[in-house]
Amino acid sequence: MATQTQRRGSLRSAVTTGIGKAVRRAAGMVGGGSAFPGMVVEKIDRGFLGRTLAQLPLGTVVVSGTNGKTSTTRMIAQTLENLGFAVATNPTGSNFVRGVVSSLVRQVDSRGGLHADVAVFELDEAYAALFVKQVPPRYCVLLNVLRDQLDRFGEIDNTARLLGAVAAATTGTVVLNRDDARVAALAGVARSAKKTDYYGLEPNLRPMFPSDDDLHGHVVEDTDEARAAEAAKQAYRNLPATVTLASADRDQAEFLIDGAKHGATMRVSGVYNLFNAAAALAVVRAVVADAMDARGLSPKAERAVKQLRVMAAEQRDETLVKAVSRVTPAFGRGETIDVDGTLVDLVLVKNPSGFRSALQSFSPEGADTMIAINDQYADGRDMSWLWDVDFTSLRGRGVAMVSGTRRWDMALRLRYDGVEPREVTEDLGQAVDRLLAAGPGARKRIYCTYTAMLEIRKHLEILLKVDKRLAGIAGIQRTVERGAEER
Amino acid sequence: MTQENGGAAQDATKEAADTAPGAAGESRPIDVVSLYAHDMNIYGDSGNVLVIEKRLRLYGYEPVVHLYNPGDLWPEHVDLVLGGGGQDSGQRIIQKDFLQRGGILRQLAKEGVPMLMICGLYQLFGKYFQTVSGDRIPGVGVFDAVTIGKKARLIGNVVERSRDFGIIVGYENHSGQTFLHGDTKPLATVSKGQGNNLDDGFEGARVGNVIGTYMHGSLLPKNPRVADFLIARAAEHRYGTFEPRMSREARHELDLLDRTAREARDVAQQRPR
Repeated sequence: MATQTQRRGSLRSAVTTGIGKAVRRAAGMVGGGSAFPGMVVEKIDRGFLGRTLAQLPLGTVVVSGTNGKTSTTRMIAQTLENLGFAVATNPTGSNFVRGVVSSLVRQVDSRGGLHADVAVFELDEAYAALFVKQVPPRYCVLLNVLRDQLDRFGEIDNTARLLGAVAAATTGTVVLNRDDARVAALAGVARSAKKTDYYGLEPNLRPMFPSDDDLHGHVVEDTDEARAAEAAKQAYRNLPATVTLASADRDQAEFLIDGAKHGATMRVSGVYNLFNAAAALAVVRAVVADAMDARGLSPKAERAVKQLRVMAAEQRDETLVKAVSRVTPAFGRGETIDVDGTLVDLVLVKNPSGFRSALQSFSPEGADTMIAINDQYADGRDMSWLWDVDFTSLRGRGVAMVSGTRRWDMALRLRYDGVEPREVTEDLGQAVDRLLAAGPGARKRIYCTYTAMLEIRKHLEILLKVDKRLAGIAGIQRTVERGAEER
Repeated sequence: MTQENGGAAQDATKEAADTAPGAAGESRPIDVVSLYAHDMNIYGDSGNVLVIEKRLRLYGYEPVVHLYNPGDLWPEHVDLVLGGGGQDSGQRIIQKDFLQRGGILRQLAKEGVPMLMICGLYQLFGKYFQTVSGDRIPGVGVFDAVTIGKKARLIGNVVERSRDFGIIVGYENHSGQTFLHGDTKPLATVSKGQGNNLDDGFEGARVGNVIGTYMHGSLLPKNPRVADFLIARAAEHRYGTFEPRMSREARHELDLLDRTAREARDVAQQRPR
């Protein structure tokens, strides 16, 4: 696998890395964003990505799909780390190829050597298809295809085709969600892979995960096409899965792995996160199986593999479940921040199915709700998606505050559902202040789009002068705003 | 209205009808067909159905929404038809049924039944859609229009001016370019965005009470004049006249909706493409 020379990196990589790191420092000084060094490195050395990742003894894992990329990537990376592997990843959610290159520039040594056993990257659907042209991944995890940012990809079947390119380029194990018919169908194109594994839901949980077609379908049709589509969906759901989610109640999960039940108390909560954990388990299981006879692993990983080798299969799976249960929630996704004793939940929403599941996951009782909708480029300009979300669950307690560039679109949407927004305020910082002041002590829940979330976090950061975890956010936000202006 | 299933939508209609403001006196149903709700309903087009239902109720009518899908029986009464956008696969699924319904749709259009067709169904209300590979998918020909599939996708916010409806705001996302002929007039002239095609600056189409447009957003929430036009023509089709019967609460609620829509329209006109 990785020879000594590759491990140390090449002269070319050393030069590229030097420039990349210098750009990163310079960009940091003028407040540049996280993807900028990647852009420079891409320009001067197109082979940097492939060469750097070719060093890894366990190769690259690509995570893509509409919803849950960031959470799942984090789960896979942290689970592998918890097991003892050294992992390179793009944890900031900068899921374009440039973001991946930037994160690698940060992680390689001065000679371009990447000291990791495996890389795990979250990639936006369109960029995943580009990425795999440069670097065929050893593993991929394809989560779902839902309506999201259609203004960028055109349409949902096209999105499935983009994911198909990822499945087709994967050389080791393709992991597919058997409960999403568009994803499960991609097994047919995974021709370079050694095997295809499925993860899924046990039937009792399926009603909690409406598919995109379920969301938009009203009637069971009695046509040949509809019957054929329904039959195909059922057939996919009967595929044998290596990992399924069998029960989910807040932070309590049960996974079925090879027929054996494994219960766990998780640090993440909510059915969607627990289902992402099932996806993570399926791919980690494939990586660990390959690690059993891999060469060139880091010393710590060698020790971990030695222990895993002597375990019985079920005991090994139990170890993996323990490792995934210790994963902490991802940045901004269902995160709770303590503001002087008032708990503030920040919930990222970016498409109808995500917004629906967020509204289902949290009870509106006992919390003041705020909704912040921006329409910067990173959020998507089209507001149509708000009309595919049912807000009637918020009628009882109402919505305390609506903010963001498209606050009036949101207020209008709520009023058509008979939900009264008590206040509509343009400035996000002011909106948060007023929300906090209006009911001190009562829990706050803020549903927000991506750039709105960044602004709100920044505001809370000033409010709290909080921990260093927040340090990088200002930079990311500036990038997003610049991106918006460019368009 | 919920988008989950027909049952829930009908329950919601029924429940609201019981408590409808201004519903005193005899009930005045208006039958609304949501055309191919399953397959041609992308980009929030169900928002249009929701707006029609809500405003009909506020005006003192009882909306009866029929979610029509391929193979369904055609409803006995039809006063208003709403259709949305779809992707290629959706268009294939409805194609056969749609052409079979072409006669009914043309007849209803001739009788003055108001219709609103967005994006995909707007294209298929023309004579044909010619794909990039040169195949011609026939339409029902309510509009004297043809659509030519192109590589470029026209995407972004749109602001346009219409003689009958004033400023219309929305969002376009299409790769087919539509060209109008004969008696079919454009709905509006584009002041921001592209519209029907890259050449003539027009957007949408209008024949009698039938409106075709590329505008998502959803269209009707932020453009209540278009919604009220459709409602008034639907009431006239059914009862000869449009006579709102509104309680004070209903007036207040409608006023609040329209003030909110004005704010949302102002913002929409300021946003980048």
